[in-house]
Amino acid sequence: MELEQIALTAVACAKTYSDGTQGLKPTSLEISPGEIMTLLGPSGCGKTTLLRILAGLEMTDAGGQILFGDQDVTARPIEQRRVGMVFQHYALFPHMTVQRNIEYGLKVRGVDATIRQKKVGELIDLVRLGGLEHKRPAELSGGQKQRVALARAVAAGPRVLLLDEPLTALDTKLKEVLRDELAELLRRLGMTAVYVTHDQQEAMAIADRMAVMRAGEIIQVGDPESLYRQPKHTFVANFLGRVNILRRDLSHTQDGVLVLGAKIFRVPTHLGQELLVRPEDISIDYPQPDHARGVITQRSFRGDRIQLRVRIESQDPLVVDVSRDALFKQGDAVSVAFSPASFIRAKES
Amino acid sequence: MKTRSPILVTLTMIVLIFMISPMLISITAAFLQQYSRGLSGGLTLDWVAHVFGQYGSTVTASILIATSCVIGNALIGVPCAYALARARGRWARSFEEMLTLPVAVPGLATGLALILTYGEWRDFRQSYAFILVGHMVFTLPFMVRTVSAAFQRAEIASIEEAARSLGAGFITRFLTVLVPVVLPSIVAGSLMVFTLSIGEFNLTWLLHTPLTRTLPVGLADSYASMRIEIGSAYTLMFFIVVLPLLWLLNLAATLTQKRYGT
Repeated sequence: MELEQIALTAVACAKTYSDGTQGLKPTSLEISPGEIMTLLGPSGCGKTTLLRILAGLEMTDAGGQILFGDQDVTARPIEQRRVGMVFQHYALFPHMTVQRNIEYGLKVRGVDATIRQKKVGELIDLVRLGGLEHKRPAELSGGQKQRVALARAVAAGPRVLLLDEPLTALDTKLKEVLRDELAELLRRLGMTAVYVTHDQQEAMAIADRMAVMRAGEIIQVGDPESLYRQPKHTFVANFLGRVNILRRDLSHTQDGVLVLGAKIFRVPTHLGQELLVRPEDISIDYPQPDHARGVITQRSFRGDRIQLRVRIESQDPLVVDVSRDALFKQGDAVSVAFSPASFIRAKES
Repeated sequence: MKTRSPILVTLTMIVLIFMISPMLISITAAFLQQYSRGLSGGLTLDWVAHVFGQYGSTVTASILIATSCVIGNALIGVPCAYALARARGRWARSFEEMLTLPVAVPGLATGLALILTYGEWRDFRQSYAFILVGHMVFTLPFMVRTVSAAFQRAEIASIEEAARSLGAGFITRFLTVLVPVVLPSIVAGSLMVFTLSIGEFNLTWLLHTPLTRTLPVGLADSYASMRIEIGSAYTLMFFIVVLPLLWLLNLAATLTQKRYGT
């Protein structure tokens, strides 16, 4: 497949609806050629609005700009942007066969029938839909529909690929399988892609980089690992996985310590009064002298790990992940420890 | 098997008999020599033959008008339904309200308005086209509302967006995607339009001339001016013509729903 890798840039794009609500605050985002960017956030955070503005289904407020490579496409509607789009519920044409669905974009552009045939054949092989060419969407499974939607979106050689929660309509098990399959397919296609989702697992599995959004703005952009390890905001830390919050008073903060019972941890002042630590970064043990003490109030087996809830003095209960073979039981007294390095440096917002 | 309550069964039967006996009696009357003497007066096909002879042309007229009405309203109504579904403004809402006026206003008033406006155009006034226009005005809302509801469905809106993303301009996507996708609703709307047009009396009675009569107008005429057996024979003709047509149309609607339903 001929490949065109272009950068995708949004400059100060905002969306204000006719009733005055602002769905998206002025937002800028740069996506490198061939990169897969996910827009991640809770519902109503503006991620879909941003995607629709990139697509040309919505127009940005005055002052915003969309660039495909060097080309300014701000004023162009979606028909003229040459994008491929995959929709939440696939939006396949129900009256057309798989083959006709896939070749629609080529047909619209007036591509010759023999070339169309060849191209559709290639795509059907790529997404492994062989034998289903003459089925209608209603006869396909969710996963198959999703693959038809992807093949249709890329058939006419779009410059960028836009995916709007393409796995939402599937059940959890299938979703996981297709997520990895999709990640692999997108890499193979090598196209610049923007992928919207509210599922952080999905976002991390798919993305080269992700933009975490809240209330109409991008909070932080980065690759999944650094966002998980160094979130700049509590919101990002929380959205990408569970975090515990430990609070310390002002004088302890200034002294650079965290005091839990009899135990004093050295925790630098600059980490602030609220300290974030992930459940897997807390270690617990049977009670030891001079350690912070806690009591297990809940034990829940999660298959790959055990999640404990530990009550400690003058703090909210902690969530702690331990190995699935750990022998702790509900009601056990334990000691709690963390390495100072595992505290996340995040700004409260 | 669930056992049915005998009371419920009896009640249902009573209601059914109550509803069906007028039709049966009316149909039977069509075959009686003399209604007042009942079956003892003997049976005949004369009345039916008489009606087909004298009023047969109204059958053709009615079917032609109903068919043209369906085609015309599909041509006007489907684009109109699309525009209405995509427009979000206050104007579109009030237009939608106004569109239902011909349904709420008595047919006689609509008929009168049409005569006042176009009565001077003699050729038009005396042709079937005049009745057709009346029927279209009256039935258009049913087509527009049904199809517009389909266009408004979120799933069809995103199918349209998909077509746009693939580069399809308005005309292309309207003809190759939108119309096929809402076809079941167009067929359902057509069925309603056809049925309403075939049975329309109110408006038609005011618009017709002695030379332009439809099936229901002829029926009224025969009831008013002929013997009761002829009126009954007319009812029979109505059943013979209309029922199979409606079955056929329903079958068509079911088939499109199966083929194109989402």
